[in-house]
Amino acid sequence: MARAVSTRRKLFYTAAAWSVALLIFFPVLWTILTSFKTEASAVASPPELFTADWTLDNYAEVWGRSDYPRFFWNSVVISVGSTLLGLLIAIPAAWSMAFVPGPRTKDLLMWMLSTKMMPAAAVLIPMYLIFQRTGLFDTRTGLVLALMLMNLPVIVWMLYTYFKEIPVEILEAARMDGASLKNEIIYVLTPMAIPGIASTMLLNIILAWNEAFWTITLTTTKAAPLSAFIASFSAPQGLFYAKLSAASTMAIAPILILGWFSQKQLVRGLTFGAVK
Amino acid sequence: MATQSSRTAARLMVAPSVTVLFIWMIVPLAMTLWFSFRVYRLLSPERTGWVGFRNFAWFFNSPDFWLTIVNTLALVGGVLAITIILGVLIALLIDLPVWGQGPLRILVISPFFVMPPVAASIWENLFMHPQNGMFAAAAIGLGMKPILFLESYPMSSVIFIVSWEWLPFATLILLTALQSLSSEQLEAAEMDGASALNRFRYIVLPHLTRAITVVILIQTIFLLGIFGEIFTTTQGGPGSASTTLPYSIYKQAVIAKDIGRAAAGGIIAVILANIVAYFLMRSMGKNLDA
Repeated sequence: MARAVSTRRKLFYTAAAWSVALLIFFPVLWTILTSFKTEASAVASPPELFTADWTLDNYAEVWGRSDYPRFFWNSVVISVGSTLLGLLIAIPAAWSMAFVPGPRTKDLLMWMLSTKMMPAAAVLIPMYLIFQRTGLFDTRTGLVLALMLMNLPVIVWMLYTYFKEIPVEILEAARMDGASLKNEIIYVLTPMAIPGIASTMLLNIILAWNEAFWTITLTTTKAAPLSAFIASFSAPQGLFYAKLSAASTMAIAPILILGWFSQKQLVRGLTFGAVK
Repeated sequence: MATQSSRTAARLMVAPSVTVLFIWMIVPLAMTLWFSFRVYRLLSPERTGWVGFRNFAWFFNSPDFWLTIVNTLALVGGVLAITIILGVLIALLIDLPVWGQGPLRILVISPFFVMPPVAASIWENLFMHPQNGMFAAAAIGLGMKPILFLESYPMSSVIFIVSWEWLPFATLILLTALQSLSSEQLEAAEMDGASALNRFRYIVLPHLTRAITVVILIQTIFLLGIFGEIFTTTQGGPGSASTTLPYSIYKQAVIAKDIGRAAAGGIIAVILANIVAYFLMRSMGKNLDA
């Protein structure tokens, strides 16, 4: 609903909007800046926004002290793996709910979402026991399964809302032109479905990457991802602010960058199709 | 196109999702229900047997039970109120004609990408820490005593941190909704002499109802299970001042090692979630049709 306004007004609006946005972003910016400071200047009073002696030592030390590549790789495998597995199961379901809706489709979708309402802590013990018994405890396979199931309702919902926007008429037109079911799927439906699948995938990678309950409680060392890596950096007591900031930056940077590049698609997917 | 065979095919395609979700939901739930009526302590494994509702009674009779419930609901309600009110205001601000709306959105969405343990530890150490935090530095600069955020106001501090994490979500969904509002309608109302407040109340706010409903539904699902932020910052303390239901279950299971009681807490949490879900789904279902 943008409207034409005078330049001076626009300047005023811009200044106000940027101030608020920078305020919201500031904790992230401050963490990144602190990660390049020496420990002394990280706790300087009054705080220094910029320091005179930039350093990469914190990164070197965090890198040397913990096995960052292993945590990172676990995060990648778990978030990408659970998302791909989820898509594999969810695409047929969302597909048929969107194109062959039955009288109970809406109830089924609501039920799926309601399974997410059960607090994870409520089923911690059974999950722990099941994982111990089946040998899934502290394995990447176990976390891929757990996070896939945790995010499956969201994946189905998002895909459903995307697929619902594909006009059915176009299928009928293709069929009238003599397209076989196989060709219909390959040449008509797939190209129209890909953007929705892509943005569902992105959002779920982010959700899985940031998951911090099952990833911490169901792992010890072997399969621990970055959420456990950061939880292991215990209370720093003021002396290790720069290192804590470096570790934090290393944990969030991959997903922050991925998110920045895809924010438009993400926001659209996040609305569950209910907001245009 | 819904012939008999395509309906059968459709059911087969839905079946895997429904089956795995059903198992994922029912097996742990059944086990939790079973444990909740039994003695099951990891520290004295020789004692077993049925105890009826004793585990539940322990929860209801513990002096902190109602505080825990109130904290859980305060966290959900507080974060919803803050993120929706600020979200509407910020969305209105960004929706004004401004330079650089793209970069603005990137700045605003950033907290959403920060994983909960990192968000909590940034706020706890770099900002709220009573000696070295930025708030303490600001207080000293102004000649005041630093506030012990996590000790004196633990629940408010947790609500503040979680609100920061969820503000981008609310803001961006509300912004998306705002941008689909036609400017003609607003201009017509302006020409007819409607004040800015009335235009907001009678045109903008009704247009946002659906978006606000979506924000409430999705956030509630995630907020009911908030754990990482409390685990990282206050550990539910001081005392039980910031213990929510999920955290108190965690304490029973992992610290007290009493599986029976933790399971009873789990069942209470499921009942609470169902009560909340019932009211949400009813209002949400209506708004999602159309």
